[in-house]
Amino acid sequence: MRYALYLGCTAPVRAMNYELAARNTASRLGIEIVDINDFGCCGFPLKSVHYETALLLSARNLAQAEEQGLDICALCSSCTGTLAEANHALQDDEELRERVNEELEAVNGRRYNGTIRVRHLARILYEDVGLERIREAVTVDLSSLRLAVHYGCHYLKPVEAHDRFDAPENPHSLDQLVETLGANSIYYEGREQCCGGGILGADEKTALALPHLKLERVVAAGADAMVVICPFCDIMYELQQRRIEKLYETRYNLPIVFYPQLLGLAMGLSADEVGLPLNRVKSKKLREITGAR
Amino acid sequence: MYTVIDASQMDPTFADQIAAEPGGEHIRRCFACGTCTASCPVREVTDRYNPRRIIHMATLGLRELVLSSDFIWLCSTCYSCHERCPQDVRITELMHAIKNVAVREGYIHPSFRMQVDLLCHHGRLYDVSEFENERRAEQGLPAITERAEDFGKIFAATGLDALIRPEQEGAD
Repeated sequence: MRYALYLGCTAPVRAMNYELAARNTASRLGIEIVDINDFGCCGFPLKSVHYETALLLSARNLAQAEEQGLDICALCSSCTGTLAEANHALQDDEELRERVNEELEAVNGRRYNGTIRVRHLARILYEDVGLERIREAVTVDLSSLRLAVHYGCHYLKPVEAHDRFDAPENPHSLDQLVETLGANSIYYEGREQCCGGGILGADEKTALALPHLKLERVVAAGADAMVVICPFCDIMYELQQRRIEKLYETRYNLPIVFYPQLLGLAMGLSADEVGLPLNRVKSKKLREITGAR
Repeated sequence: MYTVIDASQMDPTFADQIAAEPGGEHIRRCFACGTCTASCPVREVTDRYNPRRIIHMATLGLRELVLSSDFIWLCSTCYSCHERCPQDVRITELMHAIKNVAVREGYIHPSFRMQVDLLCHHGRLYDVSEFENERRAEQGLPAITERAEDFGKIFAATGLDALIRPEQEGAD
């Protein structure tokens, strides 16, 4: 299991805890990570502005992974979705691929032949590592934790870009990944709802109304923490949490953890090894579980 | 917002123009059932964004009203409507197509213009300076090198550069 790690723009500067936990858990589960320094933006923000440019940015990254003969493992759901959608389009349509390749060759002499796969780390854990192997690696009891999983959007949708690996209406992969660790994945209203990150720049107040609604529902369901798998979802729920609390004159103090952080803690890694000190909303319960490590 | 429509302003070719864009192909399939609007998480928090209404406005040919609006930029691209649409209108991609047309006609939301500028200079949405790399080193994470060279070339090759530059100069 060897993959090109696609960090994207957000994770490496805004969610180092996520990256750290991802690297430290992956290596212990037999996943070999290869860093490709030439990767740049996946193209996501430009799809709304200029589709052709967005596609070219995606193809540029896909070609770099392909040169190394590696599939992509992405940490950000938007990157996963954008690259997977572009990959789907380029693999499906030879004419389009030729046109994009002509432009790409003129830019940096590269071509993309459509031979690699793009998947999110959580999906790779689910499909390639497998629940069995993860279960075997668990050494710490997480059974006291009540967790609200947030799938986000681009991890699953559009389904054709992700080989329909999980159901968009009632997904299960992340619940299973959490429950495999011995923790409880609880139900809450509006589980499938978007974090609103896509419109944060366009209209902040409207964007923040989305995580407000979700935080209300997650807290009402009595969750100890929310589990996310995307650095931008994390920005909406964790980085913006204080602001949402101020706007709506309320208080949540809801810890947000990335799935690999939880995985690492279950595997007995220390709080530092999964970047827990970098989490903004501190979780007493998680701290107790990790003990002195 | 809810004003009487001036029929002389309708452009019957607008939906065809959208249909010619990548992602806009299925606009004419819409039978206005409203599943998109009922599914939309943005619509749940504001009535300023309503996908069925936007599609209806587009098929009516209310070209300028749609392209110059703020509401087309409020799609969070969550793909809820996209997955549920019984007519496979592919609404998220359709919204991308409408925004692409808007950009070509000179209407780009300032936040997206800012993102294009960032990508042009850094190749990333968040720049990685020495400061960020020092913080990464403290965590034992490898340094990241910005590789922006390709981006300017790509924006020039696809014409995005020329598309957003004129107004940039005017704004300065």
